[in-house]
Amino acid sequence: MSSQQVAVAGVGMHPWGKWGKNFVTYGVHAARAALADAGIPWGDVDYIVGGETVRNGYGGYVAGATFAQALGWNGARVATSYAACATGAQAIDTARSRILAGLCEVALVVGADTTPKGFLAPNAGERWGDPDWLRFRLLGMTNPAYFALYARRRMDLYGATSEDFAQVKVKNAKHGLSNPNARYRKEVAAADVLASAVVCDPLHLLDICATSDGAAAVVLCSAEYAARLGLATPVRVAAVSTVTPTFPNTVMDMPMLSTDPSAAVGTPEHTFKESIGLAAYEEAGISPEDVDVAEVYDLSTALELDWIEDLGLCQRGEAETLLRAGETTIGGRIPVNPSGGLACFGEAVPAQALAQVCELTWQLRGQAGERQVEGASVGITANQGLFGHGSSVLLSR
Amino acid sequence: MTRTSLPAVDGWFTTAGPAPALLGSRCTACASTYFPPIPDDAGFCRNPACDGETFDEVELSRRGRIWSYTDAQYQPPAPYIAPQAEGEVYVPFALAAVELAEGLVVLGQVADGYGVDDLEVGGEVELVVERLYDEAAEDGSRQDRTIWRWKPVVELGQEADR
Repeated sequence: MSSQQVAVAGVGMHPWGKWGKNFVTYGVHAARAALADAGIPWGDVDYIVGGETVRNGYGGYVAGATFAQALGWNGARVATSYAACATGAQAIDTARSRILAGLCEVALVVGADTTPKGFLAPNAGERWGDPDWLRFRLLGMTNPAYFALYARRRMDLYGATSEDFAQVKVKNAKHGLSNPNARYRKEVAAADVLASAVVCDPLHLLDICATSDGAAAVVLCSAEYAARLGLATPVRVAAVSTVTPTFPNTVMDMPMLSTDPSAAVGTPEHTFKESIGLAAYEEAGISPEDVDVAEVYDLSTALELDWIEDLGLCQRGEAETLLRAGETTIGGRIPVNPSGGLACFGEAVPAQALAQVCELTWQLRGQAGERQVEGASVGITANQGLFGHGSSVLLSR
Repeated sequence: MTRTSLPAVDGWFTTAGPAPALLGSRCTACASTYFPPIPDDAGFCRNPACDGETFDEVELSRRGRIWSYTDAQYQPPAPYIAPQAEGEVYVPFALAAVELAEGLVVLGQVADGYGVDDLEVGGEVELVVERLYDEAAEDGSRQDRTIWRWKPVVELGQEADR
């Protein structure tokens, strides 16, 4: 294995749900599971990175140290990452960079969250300079409303239907049935989705992911440490993309009220979401045709279809064709969200990008049980968060 | 007592006369035009190839084409302020993202009386200013807070079909 790639030594999760506990409880559970999976004692970890959670008080803002204390101070160096939905990937990138620089050997990355019910609303107080506050006050623009804008464009530009969106939910519900970490493990029929209330036209309640409590952890180590550990063919981190947009970002992004202007400088060659995947492929020297399995951010059913195209897994406008042919189902050409995705998990922001990496690690090791994608050796994740954050992680074995 | 009317946000749109408009900030160096307007104390052009730090206030195109649209079938959470009085039923409203000639897309609610069935990607809309909510003024009377909205442009002859 290349010394330029770090190994995934272990992964672990706390099941997603609404458990009503402190986020630290979930985080420590996931961390201990990942360390046990790796067979590495906590005392050997010399770097810990926590994914920040903004809804859990001061402890959430200094999550790295919070988890370190809960696991028992061991003197490890510490960092805390925040990148909205991409928090977990940025935390992985931070740990990976330090390992590649030779400044540490074993790093533990942990993300955990406890979430409120209902729509995610902005922080309290009058904040006239904050677009995340202004979009609610001036427009009543919720997160699902942004997802609905993207969904409507798929319909008007590519002929997608509500039935297509419902079929994404049907597929992911089926995928997640046997996943012990998924919150929703129940078959869903397209008719159920179409019969659920419309939240933001054209999206129904069952097209939109919930918010959940949950935690995920990843243990990364250097190639040398992996060799000493006896890992002959570990899953490797082939690339981590955390690129920001390139001006002008001409796609309407949450939580903004407008896009960048293109009139003076012209429209860019790639959208922000396309650039996230492109940077990962370029860094890894891997092309979309090499990918066996993908975990993408299905905040809505329609958004999964966008991501399949953004990652170059099919041509623009062809994701519905792929879906209808069963190619994105386990057993198809390019299974998408074999974990069940956000449709079965709900979103636990600082843990979610790590959960994607956990799933791909199990897939590439052949340990995914009933949801195993046969022979998977290259997997890609993708997600996007607020304020120019997004990530894509490429794993290979 | 006359009922007063104030913009829900200062300096983002004009309200005088029959042709209200959004107010943008046009960079004096590269002509990139931004909305919402760039505050005086944060005056940096966001074009990475431009060092511009001064802006002209300009009125944006009053008409544009729909990039996409949706609606809010459930009442959004605070800090959204519902327009209906206490005890009255929430009425869903539509939202549109609209492409302007300046090369940017601007979100807005859709004018009162129009829903998603009146909209399509690529359809033309025009800016209007309407009441967003009302509140108690200092003298105890009610005063309106207004906002820009997008109103579908209906060609002559189509109106009767609505």
